[in-house]
Amino acid sequence: MDDLIRLTAAELGARVADGSVSAVEVTEAHLARIDAVDEKVHAFLHVDREGALAQARAVDAKRAEGERLSPLAGVPLALKDIFTTEGVPTTAGSRILDGWIPPYDATVTRRLKEAGVVILGKTNMDEFAMGSSTENSAFGHTGNPWDLTRVPGGSGGGSSAALAAFEAPLAIGTDTGGSVRQPASVTGTVGVKPTYGGISRYGMIAFSSSLDQAGPCARNVLDAALLHEVIGGHDPLDSTSIDAPVPPVVEAARNGTAAGLRVGVITDFGGEGFQLGVMRRFEEAVALLGDLGAEVTEVSCPSFEAALAAYYLIAPSECSSNLARFDAMRYGLRIGDDGTRPAEEVTSLTREAGFGAEVKRRIMLGTYALSSGYYDAYYGSAQKARTLVVRDFQRAFDHVDVLVAPTTPTTAFPIGERADDPMAMYRADLCTIPVSLAGNAALSVPCGLAPEDGLPVGLQIIAPAMADERLYRVGAAVEAAFQARWGHSILEEAPAL
Amino acid sequence: MPGITREEVAHLARLARLELTAEELDHFAGQLDDIISAVARVADVATEDVPPTSHPLPLTNVMRPDEVRPGLTAEQALSGAPAQEQRRFKVPQILGEE
Amino acid sequence: MTVTDLVSYEDALASYDPVMGLEVHVELGTKTKMFCGCATTLGAEPNSQTCPTCLGLPGALPVVNATGVESAVRIGLALNCEIAEWCRFARKNYFYPDMPKNFQTSQYDEPIAYNGHLDIQLADGEVFRIDIERAHMEEDTGKSTHIGGATGRIHGASHSLLDYNRAGIPLIEIVTKPITGAGARAPEVARAYVAELRELIRALGVSEARMEMGQMRCDVNLSLRPHGREKFGTRSETKNVNSLRSVERAVRFEVQRHAAVLDDGGVIVQETRHFHEENGTTTSGRVKEEAEDYRYFPEPDLVPVAPEKEWVERLRAGLPELPLTRRNRLREEWGISAHEMQSALNAGAVELVVATVEAGADAASARKWWMGELARRANELGVELSTLPITPSQVARVAALVAEGALNDKLARQAIEGVLAGEGGPDEVVEKRGLRIVSDEGALGQAVDDAIAANAAIADKVRGGKVAAAGALVGAVMKATRGQADAGRARQLILERLGVEG
Ligand SMILES: [Mg+2]
Ligand SMILES: [Zn+2]
Repeated sequence: MDDLIRLTAAELGARVADGSVSAVEVTEAHLARIDAVDEKVHAFLHVDREGALAQARAVDAKRAEGERLSPLAGVPLALKDIFTTEGVPTTAGSRILDGWIPPYDATVTRRLKEAGVVILGKTNMDEFAMGSSTENSAFGHTGNPWDLTRVPGGSGGGSSAALAAFEAPLAIGTDTGGSVRQPASVTGTVGVKPTYGGISRYGMIAFSSSLDQAGPCARNVLDAALLHEVIGGHDPLDSTSIDAPVPPVVEAARNGTAAGLRVGVITDFGGEGFQLGVMRRFEEAVALLGDLGAEVTEVSCPSFEAALAAYYLIAPSECSSNLARFDAMRYGLRIGDDGTRPAEEVTSLTREAGFGAEVKRRIMLGTYALSSGYYDAYYGSAQKARTLVVRDFQRAFDHVDVLVAPTTPTTAFPIGERADDPMAMYRADLCTIPVSLAGNAALSVPCGLAPEDGLPVGLQIIAPAMADERLYRVGAAVEAAFQARWGHSILEEAPAL
Repeated sequence: MPGITREEVAHLARLARLELTAEELDHFAGQLDDIISAVARVADVATEDVPPTSHPLPLTNVMRPDEVRPGLTAEQALSGAPAQEQRRFKVPQILGEE
Repeated sequence: MTVTDLVSYEDALASYDPVMGLEVHVELGTKTKMFCGCATTLGAEPNSQTCPTCLGLPGALPVVNATGVESAVRIGLALNCEIAEWCRFARKNYFYPDMPKNFQTSQYDEPIAYNGHLDIQLADGEVFRIDIERAHMEEDTGKSTHIGGATGRIHGASHSLLDYNRAGIPLIEIVTKPITGAGARAPEVARAYVAELRELIRALGVSEARMEMGQMRCDVNLSLRPHGREKFGTRSETKNVNSLRSVERAVRFEVQRHAAVLDDGGVIVQETRHFHEENGTTTSGRVKEEAEDYRYFPEPDLVPVAPEKEWVERLRAGLPELPLTRRNRLREEWGISAHEMQSALNAGAVELVVATVEAGADAASARKWWMGELARRANELGVELSTLPITPSQVARVAALVAEGALNDKLARQAIEGVLAGEGGPDEVVEKRGLRIVSDEGALGQAVDDAIAANAAIADKVRGGKVAAAGALVGAVMKATRGQADAGRARQLILERLGVEG
């Protein structure tokens, strides 16, 4: 059983399809792994044992009837608890939704089910995806499988930890300012933020609508591509969904190469706040790209300096409005309804009790930035800064095919270190935020361990909007070259749990 | 522009329907002040000639035909209701506009 | 303030000039809601026409109803507006339990239609132009039922029950520019504007615009300024005035109330007010401690609406003849005065008369039946003329029977009464009730002879040249035939027999 949890999703899918292993066996192996390690890791908020086994049995029955299975049929997956799942609790890491059972499936959920992917359960996250450490979950933090005293990144720390702890070969995250890429980077896994509009947001609980994007998480580039293909594509229920076929990501992942590729190194990241070992591994990755035949140049994006500030106005503004619906009237928590208090007061008491500190902080910041008299100075200016970031990317992509940068300035930091220092926490997303503002696609792939702490470092590869396949082509090449150099996948070096 | 007062924080909390405690008000006033000072720099780059970008996608006119789609049953709609009565959501008294 | 504290309307107008602003919300008659595919059928079970989107469930997203946008553009064009080449939806943020997302998806500084006008005609025939500021798209809220308070009022209720079937139904909000120069006729102008707008909306076929059903609702803004002053006074906003008569009364009341406050040296507070149908007064809404701050921003879940020029021009070309133009044409065709046309409009009879004429009746008789007998009946029953159980083609048939001499007016009224009573169509009623005029010359001749014989004295008077006395003999004939004789023919026969020229 042990080896089943270490196989790749592609291998598992192939084995289920050829009948050498049943989907139920694969699912049971992963449920057993969850039973064994999740008490320590706490990647999951809810394990849907019955649902997962039922889904696995359905896949096995289909196979028995000779039906053609999709490549990921029978492969287990850990779903971030921000996607609605009909009949299965969905909390977005918030007390305000504790106990809520959605009456509908998100489009991503539906597509996973249709492809026969086995949803093991819902993973832990920073409340409403606001955070970079998963410490903002109302239901306790998640440990980084590399060092349980450190954070697994965030907001999708549960998904990345589930992968690194071999609790699931696939996971789904959402990335608003880096919440897929940064957790992937600090857990030694692969995470992709597709082009904005590439994956439906319908049923994905909104944090910041103009930035949120779901993405595939896996332990290798090809698995991420296979998952991308399952969840991607146009959805008429999401007005901001791109009406075009999914880019050829699987084909690209199977044919990794960097030869002849023009790679731009973003020179604006580094210096204060950047861990030395992170920068060293990044420079090595750049050198590797050169060795692989890429034409490497330096690119400056001066507007990125304002990106963090713009992000911390835009995202809170949108969230202050998106989270207004949590008012104790139609679903979720209701506090203080004693028959005498008016609705307004019950709403205020419920939101006070139901939201954590970071969520309140951002709601207030957003309320401030949108209020009359401040709109132009804050929200309006942030939208202009966003234009400048978009222009920097456009200029850069006139000359290069992809851009590279570190995914995050540091390796996984200790739990509690930045818990009440919002500005320090926000800096974790420094390198990922510009991509989110522009709506481009980006991928984080492991590029080694930082010498000073032995923790994983991620290389961020950035492609223009709608050119997601470039991420997979370069990512697969980098991954193959590193694994050839190391002799194994980076997760082999993680301590046993 | 920055320099957010405790009173302003209290006003924001009312607008946002958050019944903050006195300690929270103090705590947030300090933190919001820090954050706002840090993010106010966007105004420096936001010159007149730069148009705003509210959305990363250049899409327009995404619409659906006026055709009925199955929705939820009343039972499903009410399934998460903290309280219900007569197949309606039961909510505390709404402060009157009269 | 009680009614007795008010300044008389005439006195108010002697000192002040009213300025109005009217905001009308029209619920579109689309099959589905503005941002989701839920049905909009009236009278459905509570919360049975909902989905994750219109319930504001976590994760749900909006998608714009194409017909909603088309209707908005057509309304804009009919109001002579410019149509935006590019515009967006915005979120209007405020908490209220009837609004599932706690923001209304509306339009803010980029309305789809702006800068238009609508000409209205007053009772004396004068045309008054109302300038339109904008028409924009938004969505309706759910419906609250207040429990425990007096007569379902929100005030004093212990709790409320919410039905979100109405939440998300498309609304078009039409806002006028300040209406000045109406003077004493401000109440009439306000009413005529809302009536004209209703006709327009119906002519476009975008909504039935039934005010009693809440499909069309009007907010009345009013301020007074002393004669000769340029600057507007402080306004009051009277919300949800839901009938034409109420619009007129609300304006009138507010003029009197404002004048009383101002005469007293008082200050008008900018506030929302509620109109009370039962006594025609308004009262102050809740005083808010803080000014509303709606924190509008562009709705990030929707993309901009950019109506293509060609499409807009096609819609413009396809607009129906506008109601006022059409009424003026009909008025000429029917040969009636502006006042008579206004009465027909107020009675809701214009379309019925048109349909009756189309079914073959002449305009005069069509108008006579609808504005006479039928309007009286509708009035007695307190229902809309159009809801009476008689069709224009049935009225046309009655008119035809009269024209061919088969019925006289009295019998025709009985035929209509039969139709309204559900006894069948006009021919069936005439048959069953035996209403046909006695045209058999033999039977009529006998009745005439009998009448002359029985009223010899009167017959002598007629012979002696008092032709007018023949009326009594006709009456006797009609009585003998139980009204089923053709009175004209009877008179002719009487005069013939008595050797007198008619
Ligand atoms: Mg409105
Ligand atoms: Zn709906």
